[in-house]
Amino acid sequence: MSITNIHVLDQDRALDFYVNKLGFRLVDDIPMGPDTRWLTVSPPDQPDLQIVLFPVTVSKMFPQETADALIALIKKGVFGCGVLTCKDIHATYEELKAKGVEFIKSPTKEFYGTEALFKDDSGNYFSLQPIDQMTV
Amino acid sequence: MQVIKDQVKDEQYPKIYLYQRVVRAKLFIDNNYSNKIELDNISDEACFSKFHFIRLFSSAYGKTPHQYLVSVRIEKARELLRAGQSVSDTCFSVGFTSPTSFSTLFKKITGVSPLQYQASQQQLQAKISQAPLAFVPGCYAYMHGWNENSNFEEAGL
Repeated sequence: MSITNIHVLDQDRALDFYVNKLGFRLVDDIPMGPDTRWLTVSPPDQPDLQIVLFPVTVSKMFPQETADALIALIKKGVFGCGVLTCKDIHATYEELKAKGVEFIKSPTKEFYGTEALFKDDSGNYFSLQPIDQMTV
Repeated sequence: MQVIKDQVKDEQYPKIYLYQRVVRAKLFIDNNYSNKIELDNISDEACFSKFHFIRLFSSAYGKTPHQYLVSVRIEKARELLRAGQSVSDTCFSVGFTSPTSFSTLFKKITGVSPLQYQASQQQLQAKISQAPLAFVPGCYAYMHGWNENSNFEEAGL
């Protein structure tokens, strides 16, 4: 995979969250007009994967009604955006908490492994898991 | 700050307390990378003896505290070089004290010298300024309506 999206409510806030809290690297920040920009980040050890911080604004893709519905669902926190892995889930949990990241589940042993859940600044949520339990 | 170090054995603390101390040390590096930092400063910040601290930090993050400090400094150096700051100013801004050592280390980690990196980034920025849509997948540009009344065709997409 080369490019994927995360729908966000505010690109400035999202950039701060993904770069300064999660430690992602800014890849592209290209103005496309007075109020819009092409904004992508990459996980620190995956430079080939670009994540578009995709604003939900009225456009061809999102007519007003669709944009309103999508914004409401993001705010409601129904979108899971994937699994982020780390070397040590407890250390990463404590670090992200210290940086103000909102967790909806602290590291918990489940039948499938240890997992924590956190939300980004828009309301999208991620599973956080230790990388050694992901390698089968 | 009072340094407790290992006056009390780790097993007397809940494990979570150890994690919080390691995290405190990592955040100390994040916030102080531009200053002269000795390993003793960092281990003191975390209230650990030096060798115990290196072991715990490496276990949590996969890098020694020194390796992590260097990675933070090089990452910040990339930002400053992209922004047009000179190599020597960048060197001192991120906490290195010798431009020669900085350049050697930068090349070892990134594969190019700071000057080469800056030149390539400036060329890239110039191309982006001339034809921004050439750097955005066409499908995204279409969905956003960016290709209307723009240099979309000039960009060759």
